[in-house]
This record gives sequence, structure tokens and C-alpha cells, in this order.
Amino acid sequence: MTALPVPSKRPLVTKWLLRLFTIGWLAAIVAVPLGSIVYRTFENGFAAAMRSLATGGSGEFLHALLLTVLVAAIAVPLNTVFGVASAILLARHRFPGARLLDAFIDLPVAVSPVVIGLGLVLVYGRTGWIGSWLAARGIEVIFSVPGIVIASAFVSIPYVARAVLPVLNEIGTEQEQAAATLGARPFATLWRITLPSIRWALAYGVTLTTARVLGEFGAVSIVSGNITNKTETLTLFVGDQFANFNQGGAFAGALILALMSLAVLGLLSLARRKEETAP
Amino acid sequence: MTIEIRNVSKSFGTAVALQSVDLDVPEGSLTALLGPSGGGKSTLLRVIAGLETPDEGRVVIAGQDVTALAPQDRGIGFCFQHYAPFRHMSVYDNVAFGLKVRRRPKPEVQARVRELLELVRLEDFADRFPAQLSGGQRQRMALARALAVEPKVLLLDEPFGALDAQVRKELRAWLRRLHDEVHITTVLVTHDQEEAMDVADTLAVINHGRLEQVGSPSDLYDRPANDFVLTFVGPATTIGGRYVRPHDIGLTRVDAGVVSAGRHRATVARVANLGFEVRVELTLEDGAATWAQLDRGTARGLGLAEGDEVYLAPLGDAPPAAVATR
Repeated sequence: MTALPVPSKRPLVTKWLLRLFTIGWLAAIVAVPLGSIVYRTFENGFAAAMRSLATGGSGEFLHALLLTVLVAAIAVPLNTVFGVASAILLARHRFPGARLLDAFIDLPVAVSPVVIGLGLVLVYGRTGWIGSWLAARGIEVIFSVPGIVIASAFVSIPYVARAVLPVLNEIGTEQEQAAATLGARPFATLWRITLPSIRWALAYGVTLTTARVLGEFGAVSIVSGNITNKTETLTLFVGDQFANFNQGGAFAGALILALMSLAVLGLLSLARRKEETAP
Repeated sequence: MTIEIRNVSKSFGTAVALQSVDLDVPEGSLTALLGPSGGGKSTLLRVIAGLETPDEGRVVIAGQDVTALAPQDRGIGFCFQHYAPFRHMSVYDNVAFGLKVRRRPKPEVQARVRELLELVRLEDFADRFPAQLSGGQRQRMALARALAVEPKVLLLDEPFGALDAQVRKELRAWLRRLHDEVHITTVLVTHDQEEAMDVADTLAVINHGRLEQVGSPSDLYDRPANDFVLTFVGPATTIGGRYVRPHDIGLTRVDAGVVSAGRHRATVARVANLGFEVRVELTLEDGAATWAQLDRGTARGLGLAEGDEVYLAPLGDAPPAAVATR
């Protein structure tokens, strides 16, 4: 009688090694540093943390926070509209240059933000092609809020389109055609059929876009000029405090930034849970 | 309302889908576009709906040339092969969709949707979502959705193609009754000749983008215009290079001593009892295979078994002679 194959012990070892590695890696590069920030922020108590935020003058932190929120409030909707429009264009229309557009959408995440920042300065700076034209009309882009918005939008372009495009391809055109035979005009079809069908992918893309915009440093630091109380975003504030040896302020600012991102991610997981329970 | 199709041609790249098709669909009829897969019948339906633009020709619905009109403006109801349910909407909202985009007052929408859900027997499913329905229920929902906007014509693409055999037969009978009730000019696409003959009053056979023949089920069956229609509509086999219906083949035992003209000698290869029908597979003297369809009584009378020698001859009363296409 031949013995039945005994389940090897190796898979169990592999399983534990795999767990150890992923958890250890996440801890080493994500959890421990973030935890340390929380610890250092409140090392001397809550009041001390508040005080250290106000070191550079009480308004600086608040201004940076509001500017970051303002930039996100403009850049995220712009990229949402662009992302949905480009995804629909790529999924539903055949046109020359479609492949080029498809490749170009990914460019901003492939290129270093510093390069993007320098490119924007060249184009939108006072001596740039578009910048000089705008400057003649009294509109300043570089070293000003519009520049920060453009830089933030630039670096976060692909997220919505990349999240939505596969879903558009998967659902196909039949529902949209059915809507047309039932009398729906293109805009009604978009509003009542297409957008509801992609809503969770869209939420995912918007979340990633928001997180990226909140955290952008490189491109923004070049185009903003980092002027305190004028063009200093929250990431720049943190960098600035750190460079000026106000570690307490840097850590507190970093914590706020991390909490904002966590809130965005929390909203996403809420949306995901809803998606699972939705029919 | 009538549908007139005039000289419609359509190609996709180098593939020709329709070649100069002319077809009249009379008011209130239930017409089936019948043909093999890839023959162009679905394309013709989509051209009528405005989902495809013909390269040439015109489509006239209820006397109005709609060739240049968008699907939204043609007054059609369309059911897709896979029903294309709006997955994020309840059954109620699916059916109400066409009325809502027309901005009809809410009480009217409610009344109309309730009436339609009763018609398709889904009144208890109004709050369900398409994913919670069976195939047959989804099909009926799609029909109610298409009928809600009171279309002039109803277009159905392979309406029963994705259903299992039992549900398919039930829905077929139900659709026929519905048509007799609602009396809406209906065109349906199918590759199943039995389904087409069962449900439709007019059949249009389409193959390789051409209209082969138009007529009633018995026209096509008894007077096929050509060999394609003969072989596609109903069973067919060959004896001596001629097509013949297997139930129009008379068998006599060789040892019975009956002599008839035009007879062929053959050997019984197999006898299959299919209930009322008995299928006799035969090998002719030249080695060619054919088969005959007998009823149970006749087969019992002959008492055929494998290896028996028989004479066979096409029965005289229904030779499928070619008649001219309309």
C-alpha cells in the first residue's frame, strides 16, 4: 500500500517567511517612521506641540494649511474632469494619436517632479512663452498660487484616467447604446449611465489624486518660490521648519499632513465597503 | 407602423455585412430576420435602430425617412442580445428610464411603469437589481423598458439566445401572446429556424449580407427560393444530388417486390427512435449517406433493422422546386 503524500511543511515555512517579510518591511519603512513622528510631536505634551507649530509666527502654519487645502480644492476637480474626459476619449473613440495620448498621460508620474517644476518655470515664468504673455496682462503664475495649482495638477494627472479607463472598457458600450435607444441625449447618458457605472473607480482615482496633491513637494517647491505666508504649502512648511532646526514644528506639521492623507484613505475604504454591499 | 428598407448596404472595413437589402415590414407584423451567424441580420437590425449608419440606402419608419436620424429620434424600442440592463438601477428605474429622460410627470411615470411590470409579470420585482434576476426575468425587464416609451417599432436582437431551452420556449410563447396583445410592429433577429417559424408571421432569410427570401413560414418551407433557404429552413438531405426533405422520402423493403420509378437502393445504417419521430440513417449504393424521417407507425410497419435493404424515392406531393425570390 502506498502512503498518501504527506503535506509538506515547506508551505507553512514559506507562509511565515512571507508574512514576516511584508510586515517587517512595512514596519521598517512606513509604520515606525510615522509612529516616531507621532511620538516626537507629543513628546513634550499637546500644548508644546501647538507652540512649536506657531514658532515661525502664529499665522504661518495656518496659512500653509489653508493654501494646501485651496490648491487641492482647485487641482483635484480639474484633474477629475480631465481624467474622466481623457478616459472616455480613449475608451470610446478611435482617433489618430490615441496611443500617444495614452502614453502621455503616464508621463507626469514617470518624470521627476523637479524636472516638471523646472519645465513649468520655463513656460510660465516671466520670460517664458506663456508666462510673458500672462505677465503683460498682470497675471503672475510662477512664485504665485496659480503656479502651485498647475504643478500639483501636473504631477497628479494620470490617477483618475488610469482608475477609470479599465472599468469603461469592461462595462462596454451596450448600456450607453440602450440609453440612446430609449431617448437619452449624450449628456443624459453620461450623467445617468456612464458616471454611475464608474463611480467607485472614480472615487478611487480622486482619492489618489487628492493624496498626491496634498503631498507634492518637488515641483511645488520650485514653482512657488516658497514665500512664507504667500506661497508656502504644508509640505514646504514642514521642509522649511526642518531646515531651520524647528524640529517640533516640522514633526507637528508632518503629523497634520499625514492625518489629512489618512482621512482621504479612510474615505476611500468607506467607499470601497459601500461598493461591496452595493448591488 | 411599417418599416421600409431600401437598397441598404453596409461594410465594416473590407467585410461586407449587407448588400443592397430591400425589405418591407408590414404594420403590426412580427418579422424574423433569420440566418446563420455573421450573415448580416444583426447589422440590419442595428441599421434600422440607428446604431449603425448604412453606407448606402434608406430606412423609412412609419413613412418617415429616418436614415439621418439618431437612435433617440427614431421612435424605436430595442432589446439587446444580453439585455444591456442598467446594472446600477433597480428594475423600476430601468423601466422608468426612457420616461424620466423625457421628463414625464412623476405620477404618469409611476402608473406606466406599474402597468408594464404587470404586463411582463415582474410587479413583485420592482425593487430588485438586475444582478438579482434570472435570465428570463432580465429579458422581460428589457422588453418592458423598451416598451415604456411607446415605440413605433420593437427591435429584438437574438431575444432568446442567452436562455436555456425550457425558458426559451416559454418566453417564445409569451412573446407571441404579448405581440397579439400590444400589436406593435416587431422585428426580431434569430439564427434558430424553429424559433423563427414558431414565433414570427413573416421570415426574412439573410445570408452573406443578402436577402435570400421573404415569406411566411410555410412559403419558405414548402417553396424555398434556393438551396440555401431549403437547407437552412427545416431539415434537408440529398439523394442523387437533389435536395429533399427527409420526411418526403418514401421507404419500401426490397423484398416486398414493389417497383417504382426513380427509386434508389440503400442499406439501413442505423435506426434511431426519437419518440414520435424515427430517424433512419441510410447508405446509398454509391456510398453516399442520407437519412429519412418516419413517424413511429410507419417505421413499425416496415420493421427496419440495421443492414436491411430498402428502396427509397422522394414522395411526389412536395418536391422542393425552386421558385423565384420576391
